[in-house]
Amino acid sequence: MGATLFDKIWNQHIVQQVNDGPSVLYIDRHFIHEVTSPQAFNGIEKRGLPLFRPKQIVATADHNVPTLHQELPIRDELSRLQVQQLIENCARHGVELYGLGHPNQGIVHVIGPELGVTQPGMTIVCGDSHTSTHGAFGTIAFGIGTSEVEMVFAAQCLLQNKPKQMRINIEGELLPGVVAKDIILCIIAQISAGGATGYFVEYAGSAIRKLSMEARMTICNMSIEMGARGGLIAPDETTFAYMEGRPFAPAGDAFTKKVAAWRELYSDADAAFDMELNIQAAQVQPMITFGTNPGMGMAINDSIPTYESLEAESEKANLKKALTYMGLQAGQPLLGMQVQHVFIGSCTNSRIEDLRLVAAMVKGKKKHPDVHVLIVPGSQEVARQAKREGLDSIFMDAGFELRQAGCSACLGMNEDKVPAGEYCVSTSNRNFEGRQGAGARTLLASPLTAAAAALTGKITDVRTLL
Amino acid sequence: MKPLKEIESRFVPLPIENIDTDQIIPARFLKATTRDGFGKNLFRDWRYVQDDEQQPVASFVLNQPRYSGEILVAGKNFGCGSSREHAAWALKDYGFKAVVSSFFADIFKNNALNNGVIPVRVSDVFLAKIFSQDAEAEIQINIEQQTITILLTGEQKSFDINPYKKTCLLNGYDDIDYLISIKDSIEKYEAARK
Repeated sequence: MGATLFDKIWNQHIVQQVNDGPSVLYIDRHFIHEVTSPQAFNGIEKRGLPLFRPKQIVATADHNVPTLHQELPIRDELSRLQVQQLIENCARHGVELYGLGHPNQGIVHVIGPELGVTQPGMTIVCGDSHTSTHGAFGTIAFGIGTSEVEMVFAAQCLLQNKPKQMRINIEGELLPGVVAKDIILCIIAQISAGGATGYFVEYAGSAIRKLSMEARMTICNMSIEMGARGGLIAPDETTFAYMEGRPFAPAGDAFTKKVAAWRELYSDADAAFDMELNIQAAQVQPMITFGTNPGMGMAINDSIPTYESLEAESEKANLKKALTYMGLQAGQPLLGMQVQHVFIGSCTNSRIEDLRLVAAMVKGKKKHPDVHVLIVPGSQEVARQAKREGLDSIFMDAGFELRQAGCSACLGMNEDKVPAGEYCVSTSNRNFEGRQGAGARTLLASPLTAAAAALTGKITDVRTLL
Repeated sequence: MKPLKEIESRFVPLPIENIDTDQIIPARFLKATTRDGFGKNLFRDWRYVQDDEQQPVASFVLNQPRYSGEILVAGKNFGCGSSREHAAWALKDYGFKAVVSSFFADIFKNNALNNGVIPVRVSDVFLAKIFSQDAEAEIQINIEQQTITILLTGEQKSFDINPYKKTCLLNGYDDIDYLISIKDSIEKYEAARK
């Protein structure tokens, strides 16, 4: 029987097998940020251990940074201390840091691929669940806890049990107005917020092959929202073209040699998966979430489920709890509902193609006067590129607030938050209670749907504006 | 880590599904640089009205004196969402040594085990049985035997735990001790790949 893409990478990274236990998995790249690393640095220092392979670590500050006036000291004292701690830890242990003010700074899952640090065939970890993003390049990439960050610091390895494997095939052509974010929201709505727990997911099929690298990253990014440890896509010509010329990608002959090796990274025709799911791209509609986990999503012109349509008592209870928090009614449509905020950003949708999609929709137009629109590039490089293309003036002319790179209003940790009780159409990845700020009500959607809401001030089917 | 063999205690019921780590510990409390003190912010936004410790939410289980104990019993898909280990630290700091549910999110499960908080997975039926017990009922979790018992009724089920992790828990070892012990093999692996 053949091997899956996942098997091939996994097998190449096994140092040894613990008797009756997990595998010792070697980690090629370790990304760190200010929030989940300090206790790990602390831990190895307490044990008197050095960092085993500091050159395989890249650090940035993203979660806890302001997106305004990054040249000034951070106002919030705890945030400032945490970012300062990262600077000191990296200096003491010889870790490359792209901190505030550095031209390479940005959201960790945006800068890794952008710099070419992320490369096909690698194992990649970070103390952040959206590390699955890097799977778009044909890597085994997954989020870890701080104790595991400490393990990678100490030995560049993790003890891991091999997960089950799922393949999701998406075939055919996407409809106009439908983008990668809609595909992944549609998948999660179908299999639920816990439906892929215990699995690593390979995304395949003609619709995936046609996607750009950035669109593939959006899909892999949200694998964790259905419980999967990670998601991955076999590298192809699109991947190699993206890699070529990136600052940390191999160059010249070395690149050609690498590409030859990368071409071997695919699931064999007779490879077996524990589960397979098939989706027709043409069935995917622009999506929006109505509840408090990413599985509570629907086509934008649909209505919220009624209690009668649900079988299990537990599902009815879940819906009731979610709708009470969201201030919505079962059976209600969302089209036409007023929203107060639009957030375009996060490791899911803050790359240059996302900004281009939004700019193309709003060029020469103004946002609705009653909606506040925050647009936050994923990295300093995305911000520079947006400027080179004149997107910054399009956003400013539209009345959007264009900020500096960071996680921003995705997670209610830094200064950017949505006020309690207000609605936000957000391109981020989680609609949990309080995720964008205590009491904030998040509706997850694509950058196109977010742009449409910015223009109309309401939940809008983007296809009516195309 | 201290060795952990058995837990015998009353339990705190939280029959809600898909409890994500943003509920266990909201992001605004992740600014600390140590592992201590997260317990007071455990389930912060479910515990207090508008973040005010003077206004506890009376209906929330942590605010009900009749419930106490070292075992949290929660609905399925516990710990989904963010990888923040702060969620495990908050549970531990509050005093929980085990979480019982019918389904755990992967990253949370590892984080809990790495901090000596035992994720005990039981069937939906057994979970419902625990929820139906009185507040005074005691539960015993035996790691060596891999059993969970409702002491009042004597009903007992076994649960899965990775044999390697079990050895670690019983002896108080952690993964770093193990990884350091095989450093030579790791270096050999690196050399062979070059």
